[in-house]
Amino acid sequence: MRTASEITAMFTGPQVHRDVYTSPEIYRLEMKHLFANTWVFVGHESQTPNKGDYFTTQIGDQPVIQVRHSDGEIYVLFNRCPHKGTKIAIDREGNTGKFFRCPYHAWSFKTNGCLLAIPLKKGYEDTGFSESESAKGMTPVGAVRNYRGFVFARLAPEGIGFEDYFGDSLSSIDNMVDRSPEGRLEIAGPPLRYMHKCNWKMLVENQTDTCHPMVAHESSAGTAVNIWEEMGNPEPRPPAMEIIAPFMSPYEFFEKMGIRTWPNGHGHTGVHHSIHSDYSAIPGYFDALSEAYGEERAKSILDENRHNTVYFPNIMIKGPIQQLRNFIPLGPDKTLVESYIYRLVGAPDQLLARTAMYNRMINAPTSIVGHDDLEMYERAQEGLMSNGMEWVNVQRLRTEAEDFSQETVENGTTERQMRNQFDAWVKFMTVSMEGA
Amino acid sequence: MAFSKDQVIDFIYNEARMLDEGRYDEWLSLWLEDGHYWMPLDYKQTDPHLVTSLLYEDMFMLRLRVERLNGARTFSQKPKSRCHHVIQRPFVDEMTEDRIVTNTSMHYVETRLDEQFLLALTAVHELAVVDGALRIANKRVDILNSDAAFGNIQLLP
Repeated sequence: MRTASEITAMFTGPQVHRDVYTSPEIYRLEMKHLFANTWVFVGHESQTPNKGDYFTTQIGDQPVIQVRHSDGEIYVLFNRCPHKGTKIAIDREGNTGKFFRCPYHAWSFKTNGCLLAIPLKKGYEDTGFSESESAKGMTPVGAVRNYRGFVFARLAPEGIGFEDYFGDSLSSIDNMVDRSPEGRLEIAGPPLRYMHKCNWKMLVENQTDTCHPMVAHESSAGTAVNIWEEMGNPEPRPPAMEIIAPFMSPYEFFEKMGIRTWPNGHGHTGVHHSIHSDYSAIPGYFDALSEAYGEERAKSILDENRHNTVYFPNIMIKGPIQQLRNFIPLGPDKTLVESYIYRLVGAPDQLLARTAMYNRMINAPTSIVGHDDLEMYERAQEGLMSNGMEWVNVQRLRTEAEDFSQETVENGTTERQMRNQFDAWVKFMTVSMEGA
Repeated sequence: MAFSKDQVIDFIYNEARMLDEGRYDEWLSLWLEDGHYWMPLDYKQTDPHLVTSLLYEDMFMLRLRVERLNGARTFSQKPKSRCHHVIQRPFVDEMTEDRIVTNTSMHYVETRLDEQFLLALTAVHELAVVDGALRIANKRVDILNSDAAFGNIQLLP
């Protein structure tokens, strides 16, 4: 078992040890510590709009159920029967009515997890059962917070509070939700599900890696530009051009777009502009937004074009296109990526159509853009097994004595956000370790 | 001119063979300019626009997809993938002067390096007759387990 000081030594500032991506032991420690001590995304409230609605997901390697209780609140419960451990809900979503019922021995539970009934309950009289853990029912996670529709949970009963953990990074969720004239998002269909044979952190790091698009995606974005030019630059540009071509923007574009980092591993690309800045206007949208907020405020909402916002440890959101990607760890070298899209309630359908198009063009297992990303991650996962070198370099635009407790805005090609994530990784890995 | 049922069925077989043999330019020439290749994400999905699909591509995207496969810096295609369709005799569900709809069950195998996977699918072709030739007006491919998590699917099922 690794000690806290050994974990701390795996991130030196300019370098991170390859074991953080490859070691099964580190992975187990991440599941036990990192994913218990941090606030992890569960789902959106619109996935469980009515009482009894539930959906199943994972927090780290822990199977959980997000469910709407009879009091209208959302609960997050560990998905196991307190009797023999049987998973209570297997389907991805559904409505369970007023209670959950285990299909093995018919123990039943209220939708907040409390034990409701056990057949032949007499058999437990005088056995000390009422004092047992099982008598409490299905176990809720440590803490739940619904922030503007996004449900986050902390598995650990004690730990950092929601506001302290996210701080000003919540401004990215605010901007995404404010883009709805009604200040509300709604889930739009099931997520794309894309299996990656690589460590989950490679995906999270890539969200703020601005030195790869023009290289890894030349085959898709570069080819799109070439075809359009061969066609004689027709306007309006084909939708594919609007969405894919900006990936080929030059280094200077990405340098100037800026990266902001916040404490606890959060950060975003696209401070001043981004690849989402030059999308064509959708008729009627600005009017609807102005009517709701006034013209000035509507303008300032739309002037934010944050590219990718990482909420540590494992999601990314794109405010301008209402997308959320959840990087669910399944093993040291296996990650399930779920890419969700949301409707801006009160906005024209055309916006949602563009969002759906972005999702399938860029993040589907059939995406010509996603193919090259996955190829790079899987090559890295294999390459890291090489004993020729044990460290991964994250040194780009690093300054001595970086202070990750301070919000900063820097050159858009810095790897500071990756270092920021590893700073938070060490913090939340070791906070519950002995001798920390 | 009118086409016989056999000619329609041959057309579907020939299209699959073009994909398997990588004859993409020929394959693109089968399509009408406003056609769409749709691969839904959800079982019995009805809307290609306001929810996500695996694919919903117009001719620009299909051209881009095909051209990319031959690019010098298409890293996920070094080495290249290969694919194989095994198709059941198509049902011809609708046949009028200018519109034909077929429904075809297929097994699709794609391979690259040491990896190989199998998809079971149903392809619905909407064909049109233009200047005496059969053309693809639209194609919908429903993968049996479309809601499962996949790795890269790089060629065209």
